Amino acid sequence: MDRIPILRLGDTLLVTVQVDMHDQLAVRLLDDLTTMITKVRARGVLIDISALDMVDSFIGRMIADIAATARILDARAVVVGMQPAVAITLVELGMSLPGVQTALDVDHGMELLREPRDS
Amino acid sequence: MAWSSCVSPAIPDPNRPAFRVEIAANEDVVVVRQRAREQSQRAGFSLLETTKLVTAASELARNTLEHGGGGIAEIEVVTDGIRRGVRMTFVDEGPGIPDIDMALRDGFTTGGGLGLGLGGSRRLVSEFQIQSTAGKGTRVQVIRWK
Repeated sequence: MDRIPILRLGDTLLVTVQVDMHDQLAVRLLDDLTTMITKVRARGVLIDISALDMVDSFIGRMIADIAATARILDARAVVVGMQPAVAITLVELGMSLPGVQTALDVDHGMELLREPRDS
Repeated sequence: MAWSSCVSPAIPDPNRPAFRVEIAANEDVVVVRQRAREQSQRAGFSLLETTKLVTAASELARNTLEHGGGGIAEIEVVTDGIRRGVRMTFVDEGPGIPDIDMALRDGFTTGGGLGLGLGGSRRLVSEFQIQSTAGKGTRVQVIRWK
């Protein structure tokens, strides 16, 4: 069964999406991440999508769901590396991913995760 | 079932053969995206134009799978004599769409998704045509011109 690997670095989970995801793979990633967040008591999730050359409404919703689920489980999710053409297309499609924290690259994403929390 | 012709007159480019993809499973949506990307490159699309077409292809292929119960996608490089573009046709023999205006509205969904599939993909292409007959199926044809 295909799976996107999830790496653990301290209390942060790292995901690099490197394949053209079909829908089931995206759903499985959400499931796996949710399980991992609770299992290892992760405080942060960093999702690198720089290799994705397309994000459609389904994958966009998966990203939004990961961010929302992480928040409910007391973790933060940051999406990094979205290509400019993907961002423009996503907005035109009608998805602006409200509630999803983003950063341009992994370094900035990690910085965001290290910032003190408001709550 | 006879379909009336789409959108502007467009002639398939004889040097760039059309792709036909059968959409029967989730993985086939990925194949449709790859084929749309190949044809975009053959048509000389920029990265942004390619990304928009591929995203529209993904939305429409998923609709064919989820609402039409599967079907066929045809993706071809076309020309109207002046411009080049990519035409994509999605045909299914599913239940059809009772109210197309409603289906095109953002946020309208029957499938548990976001309801951005049809309305959203229409914004990503130059021309969009949809025909649907209750009980017989749906045909969506789009063109994106360079």
